[in-house]
Amino acid sequence: MRELSVDRIREEVKRLCIEGAYILEEDVQSALKSAFEREVSPMGREVLTQIIKNYEIALEGVLPMCQDTGIAVVFVEIGRDVRLDGSLEDAINQGVREGYEEGYLRKSVCHPITRQNTGDNTPAIIHTRITEGDRVKIKVALKGAGSENKSRLKMFNPTAGVDAIKEFVVDTVREAGGSVCPPIVVGVGIGGDFEKSAILSKEAILRPIGTPHPDEDIAKLEEEFLEEVNKLGIGPMGFGGTVTALAVHIEVYPCHIASLPVAVNIQCHADRHKEVVI
Amino acid sequence: MVDYPRKKGQPRGMDFKRITPPLTEEIVEGLRAGDKVFISGTIYAARDQAHKRMFELIQKGEPLPFDIGGQIIYYVGPTPPREGMVIGSAGPTTSSRMDEFTPALLKAGLKATIGKGARSSEVKEALKRFKAVYFVSVGGAGALLSQRIKKAEVVAYPELGTEAIRRLEVEDFPVIVAYDMYGGDLFKEGVEKYRKV
Ligand code: SF4
Repeated sequence: MRELSVDRIREEVKRLCIEGAYILEEDVQSALKSAFEREVSPMGREVLTQIIKNYEIALEGVLPMCQDTGIAVVFVEIGRDVRLDGSLEDAINQGVREGYEEGYLRKSVCHPITRQNTGDNTPAIIHTRITEGDRVKIKVALKGAGSENKSRLKMFNPTAGVDAIKEFVVDTVREAGGSVCPPIVVGVGIGGDFEKSAILSKEAILRPIGTPHPDEDIAKLEEEFLEEVNKLGIGPMGFGGTVTALAVHIEVYPCHIASLPVAVNIQCHADRHKEVVI
Repeated sequence: MVDYPRKKGQPRGMDFKRITPPLTEEIVEGLRAGDKVFISGTIYAARDQAHKRMFELIQKGEPLPFDIGGQIIYYVGPTPPREGMVIGSAGPTTSSRMDEFTPALLKAGLKATIGKGARSSEVKEALKRFKAVYFVSVGGAGALLSQRIKKAEVVAYPELGTEAIRRLEVEDFPVIVAYDMYGGDLFKEGVEKYRKV
């Protein structure tokens, strides 16, 4: 057994929240730069110029790259040989609380009906899994509402096939248009059940850009979907252009013979994801 | 390194039009979908909850918390400022959530709004009818846009926190005309040009 203090988890979650808001990960930085090289629309290039300048300003650590610093989505994998000395959820929420306060981030979490703000951006959305070994892996995404709001889920007939899935993905991106702050990353969860497909789609956007799915057939689908999405011509901020999406990531999971759930989660260019292994 | 269209030392925004509110009809007439514009002067920040309240005031025939004649409303909910700073990160939020309230505000004299994304046909019609314009600033560029805001002061509903109405003094605040008063629509026109399906 490896003893681990939940205080360490709180500390790391806090750091990941703050760094997430200010320091855009390398994979997204280089994807945006290469989007600028590829984009042919002059207005698209103007928008990308501002987007790149913007994350460079944020890197200085004074102003968060986007004012919507999101709701914190936390994926935790805990090795079964780890023994924690306290509540995992409390530690994560305390980390979020401190990160959003000390990092000057916007508190955007409220009661769903009264709309009363919780005041500290908690509770976080937490997904936990027990794995082998004695490590703890924490992934944090700061998820803004502009792109999250345009995500969709559909329960297909099992006979629908790949083309129907593709059409659904492309339609979702078309409907989303410019309000989701393109260029975007499209996360697609195929299979599982209702909620599993949604979680898969979120895990898909957390995969670094430039890392195709390990299964070659799925990787091929990712390329195919990306090409289709970019044919839409939506472009940066929806002003028209050749780069609508930076990537399409697909995750799959077996499902019931009678169903085919598909979830599409949209991630804006302020693609804030960080991870650490303790 | 990215090859920026503008080289260092070159003055900012040679291809930008420059405007200062309050906006007259002549200024609005001169703006076309696709124009890049720098705004300098006073604009007002308001989003969901403030819109709901202003809309209710108009319905009850009561005065609004500020004189909106010729003014520009920016849909923004900034991050908290650090000590000694005017405002935190301050990029646009999705405009369509304000659509149901916007025609009434345009009727009351509002001349422009700034946000992101497409809007309803009712808003587009109201822009034509009341001779007004819809700007988009780059979503997610909150740090860059924040640096163009020189002053910020809460003028109404402080209890709404980030959603309070603020008066902002801006300098060379970069926006793009998305809808003009002639029915011009940059989203539609732009996407048409690059669509391959
Ligand atoms: S969609 Fe993303 S980049 Fe755009 S405002 Fe929301 S969080 Fe920021």
